Amino acid sequence: MTDVARRREAPDKDRVLTLLQDYGVYAAVVLLVAIDTAVGSNFLSVSNLRVQIFAAVPILIVALGMALVIGTEGIDLSVGAVIALAAAVIPLYLGYGVWVSIAIALAAGAVSGVIAGGLVAFGRVQPIVATLALMIGLRGFAVILNGATAKTVTNSTVVNLGVGDLLGVPQMAWVAAVLVAVVAFLVHRTTFGRQLRAVGDNRAASALAGLPVRRVLIIVYVVSGVFAAIAGILIVGYGGYADPANYGLNYELSAITAVVVGGTPLTGGKVRVLGTVAGAVFMQLISATLIQHNIKASYEQIVEAAIIIGAVYAARGRAGR
Amino acid sequence: MSTPNAIGTATTALDGGETAKSSGAGRGERLAAFVQDQGGLTVLVIVFIAACIFSNGFASTNNFESILVGNAYTSLLALGMTFVIITGGIDLSVGSVFALGGVLAGWGTHHGGTPVAVLLPLAAGLAIGAVQGLLIARARLAPFIVTLAGLLFARGLLQAISNEGSTTYQVPKHSSFTALGDGTLRPILTAVVLFIVGAVLLVRTRFGQALFALGGNQNAATLMGLPVVRTKVLVYMLSGLLACGAGMLNASRLGSGVTNLGVGYELTAIAAVIIGGTLLTGGAGSVTGTAAGVLLLAVITNLIGVHLSKYGSSASDLVNGAFLAVVVLIQTLISRRRLLA
Repeated sequence: MTDVARRREAPDKDRVLTLLQDYGVYAAVVLLVAIDTAVGSNFLSVSNLRVQIFAAVPILIVALGMALVIGTEGIDLSVGAVIALAAAVIPLYLGYGVWVSIAIALAAGAVSGVIAGGLVAFGRVQPIVATLALMIGLRGFAVILNGATAKTVTNSTVVNLGVGDLLGVPQMAWVAAVLVAVVAFLVHRTTFGRQLRAVGDNRAASALAGLPVRRVLIIVYVVSGVFAAIAGILIVGYGGYADPANYGLNYELSAITAVVVGGTPLTGGKVRVLGTVAGAVFMQLISATLIQHNIKASYEQIVEAAIIIGAVYAARGRAGR
Repeated sequence: MSTPNAIGTATTALDGGETAKSSGAGRGERLAAFVQDQGGLTVLVIVFIAACIFSNGFASTNNFESILVGNAYTSLLALGMTFVIITGGIDLSVGSVFALGGVLAGWGTHHGGTPVAVLLPLAAGLAIGAVQGLLIARARLAPFIVTLAGLLFARGLLQAISNEGSTTYQVPKHSSFTALGDGTLRPILTAVVLFIVGAVLLVRTRFGQALFALGGNQNAATLMGLPVVRTKVLVYMLSGLLACGAGMLNASRLGSGVTNLGVGYELTAIAAVIIGGTLLTGGAGSVTGTAAGVLLLAVITNLIGVHLSKYGSSASDLVNGAFLAVVVLIQTLISRRRLLA
């Protein structure tokens, strides 16, 4: 049944629910911005907006990759560890030139994705287990590569990616914008996007229909790994040092939260790219709003928990139909 | 132990899948079944013997004691996780709930003494488990997401109690509460007794059978008239109780409600359960396997601590991650061969 037909049959209450599911996260973002602007005098100041961008972009980028994986009914718990791995690789290879080290960091993310995707596609290991193994193993590997103490990174290209501007806007934001455009194009305008949704809807049927299921699965995990590596590079640039023991901790949870709040169902078959962007922005705004009102971090976590439950509860109606 | 797997097979047979094979099992298949059920134990024995022979400093009473005591309480998280995973669910909240149990116990020793310190964490664990279970069983939300929220909630709650982690509630010197986790024998005995109770509960009771039936095929379990919602709520309550209780016992042992404990413990617990042969898809698994999984991870971590101490825990993380991947891959390949055979 198509979405249109389903909506026509649905009674009013369901229609409201559907609207809420589809546009709720955008409305919530607008609402929060309005509240913050009205209450705090400097919310829309350039310096504050920059702070928000620097905090939101790495999670947003990781969430984009995560959204693709979740679209195939998978999950990628390894992203935080991949961030750590990318952070460990950067100072290690800076001696060969900055672009070489960035390329190796991205390649490390891709290799992690190949392993995760290979386990899921060929080994038929459950995504949560395959990426859990990587999550545990890769961070250990990253810390061994780097040594236990953080290394300073002063290379101007890397640092500029983290804190520098291009045309008055943080370079980080440009990176995010490009990646959002690429993913939106991939999901909505290409055969690959359709195949991805088909695999997420029903892997067995997609295989019987002759779709390249294994290729699709490996590609989404590779994209997720590479995106996590990009986030890792940006975080190194922003911090000015590489600290694999601590970078990217809990990023998998933040990214999954952004995706779910953005309206992408965990059951697969659907990817909401702009919703994911709004989800990441929303979670950052929540945190900023609570900080602005001097609400303690502990309550912030409790609020986050409530938001996650609220978001999946709202999404439940559609999945059940 | 082949009993739990037999039950799992019997329930999956309801979808018309596996009936034929369980009767006509060949030798290769029995070997495959053994590796899947007791693979963790097999590897544990091999690693243990190899470590005793080749490692200086591994085989000593002191070291064995430190391995067992060091893992006695965290092993309880894996015990609760075993039940949850057998129903096809997952509980990501146990690490945070473990830490919450310790903080509540420490808080309790200052606000009413030992009874509060013991009962409050147990009640909190049950309550958190009940809420999670209801959201999962009644509202039909995904266990992964519900318990992820539970992880955040428990961590937030414990930080609110401890002034953002800045107040650590020390157990008063002469409080009778410290007696609970004292010495080397008590923690080990506690874990052993609870694992035995858990194994009996799983294999010999109606509740245990219901867990396997639920994980094998929830629709069939419903049609058979099993109390699906009640069983699911109970299993998350059990997991919450074990996690919070383990945190409480740990606080008794440490003499303090340490606030920054438990991060990532849920992952170690899940890894131990999977290495122990419990399938993440639900419907099959055993408590003895989980015990072997816990011990295997503990022995590896200990060995690396003895020999590669300059890398700290990262080397054991690397090896444990690799172990998990290999074990799961082998299990998946075996279970697929059994399904196709």
